[in-house]
Amino acid sequence: MTIVDPKAVRPDQADLDKAAGRPEDADQWTAKIRNTAVEALPPQKLLPDRQPAYVASWIYVFGVTTIAALMVVIGTGFILAIFGPNWWHVSSTGLFVNSLHLWSVEIFMFAMVVHLWGKFFMAAWRGKRKITWITGVVSFLVSVGAAFTGYLSQQNFDSQWISTQAKDGINSTGAGAIFNVTNFGQMIMWHIVLLPLCIVAIVGIHVLMVRLRGVVTPLPAKGETPGEDPGEDPAATGAIGTEVQA
Amino acid sequence: MSAHSDTTKVRKFKVDRDAVTWHGRYEPYDLAKEFLIALLVVVILVAGLAVLFGSPDEKPVTVRSWSTADAVGFAQTAITELDGTSPTATYGPPYNLNGTAQSIGPLQPAKWLGVHHPIDTANDYVLGPLATLPDNPQVQAALQEYKSASPSQQATWNAAYEKAVANATFNDGKLVVPAGDYGPVATLIAEETSMARSGALDGALLSSRQFYGTDYTKPLLFIANGQYLADLAGNQHLAGDQWGMMNETGQYPGQAWLWLYTLWYQVPPMKTSSNADLQVFSIMIILTILLALVPFIPGLRSVPRWTRIYRLIWRNHYREVEGSGGPAGGGGSSGSQDSSGGPPLQAEDGTRTPVSV
Repeated sequence: MTIVDPKAVRPDQADLDKAAGRPEDADQWTAKIRNTAVEALPPQKLLPDRQPAYVASWIYVFGVTTIAALMVVIGTGFILAIFGPNWWHVSSTGLFVNSLHLWSVEIFMFAMVVHLWGKFFMAAWRGKRKITWITGVVSFLVSVGAAFTGYLSQQNFDSQWISTQAKDGINSTGAGAIFNVTNFGQMIMWHIVLLPLCIVAIVGIHVLMVRLRGVVTPLPAKGETPGEDPGEDPAATGAIGTEVQA
Repeated sequence: MSAHSDTTKVRKFKVDRDAVTWHGRYEPYDLAKEFLIALLVVVILVAGLAVLFGSPDEKPVTVRSWSTADAVGFAQTAITELDGTSPTATYGPPYNLNGTAQSIGPLQPAKWLGVHHPIDTANDYVLGPLATLPDNPQVQAALQEYKSASPSQQATWNAAYEKAVANATFNDGKLVVPAGDYGPVATLIAEETSMARSGALDGALLSSRQFYGTDYTKPLLFIANGQYLADLAGNQHLAGDQWGMMNETGQYPGQAWLWLYTLWYQVPPMKTSSNADLQVFSIMIILTILLALVPFIPGLRSVPRWTRIYRLIWRNHYREVEGSGGPAGGGGSSGSQDSSGGPPLQAEDGTRTPVSV
């Protein structure tokens, strides 16, 4: 009988070093992608344990709250999807899960709107952060669409009324030919497949951009004259956690 | 790399698009812990709200429930479907070509993609469903008579019946219309009403395409053509002039984030315009593009600086920097980071920034 040491099945660091990062493999696409990714977002930049001293306001909480609420939205939506669209109409447990889904959406949208306006008033697009801002706005728009199709997928009076009213706006733009809000099958597929995928993808890009560029610095203080030292921002170079003295 | 190259192009630091570089101190900030706490707070908050308030689930209106609650209203709607004067019959694209699409100037976007969900209200809502009742000779005879009549004869019967049904009553399970020459139309609408009240019309409207149907376009538009659905919605404060799009049945918050979209319907000229939907959508598309492109729009991107709310958000930072006469932690913010990847920067006081190229 052979006794297997569970720890022995894990490759040790020496073996990993043999399997990746060899100079002769540097031209591989895989190696180039890995090297580019690690160079752009080294671990200490991807998951920093320190932030600039100015990152000290309740407004910063709403970004992470938005993501936390999104996870609850997806989790409760996942449960609703497991049992199908009729379940919550006929089951008290299903109705409760639907309630969790509804309120998590309300909190998600609230946190996202506060986060959006907070970033607006911080002019958070400054310093190569335009893409961060745009992906934030796009994720808000896609979220509005996801919530809207959720209301259309309820199969109750509310979805009947909203769909028959909203059709006029959609149809007036010509989009009604493709996006038929009175087609339950189409709306629920948008709600549980297409738009969640878009949200997760765009929010993912948004978060990576935040990590890549760092948290925007405050607008200049009174008497502060910017432009005298174009040195690299430590937050943008991965030198986070070091204390920089003048 | 030369820090003082003669070839360097310099532009001014623009406070609304460039960020100063931080050289101040860094404080411990546990993102993972913050996320976990936020998740716990959200879960507790969501669970509390769900337990306290639940969620609304008003039963949907069916053709059966509508015709049972308001048989006369149903008959009044059914005749408009037969004579082609209902909102759906005269809608235009994407349902048919009978109506005038909403327009802004010469633009009529609804026409660009044409008819994609064809609805012939007379056949889809009245004649077709009644033809599924083969065991009713009276209905089949009325259908035969109506279909074989000339369009002008049909129009005469329809017009007379539509006028009369305004004064109809519903007694002892029967639709009673003042006496007149309506040809087979009186039979058709009376039988349609009976079919609706039995529930058979709900099935007939859905099963017209396939067994597993998920497209409720036809029954939804039919129901929406009647006044019954609108009256129920008005009672639930969901009508358009009640900011209905952002409301929810009962006292639930609904889609509050649609407030701006809904606002435009409450103000002139959209409030009374026949092109209101297209106008409101156009406004919202423009505003959305402006929001996404704020960083590129001079003036708009200066709003945060003018409102000075940032001073409140970063009040500790400014207190520290301006109180001590120097940046936080001895380093503070200085220099600049170009937002566009463009040429290096020059302070607004004219100081040139030597940079490498």
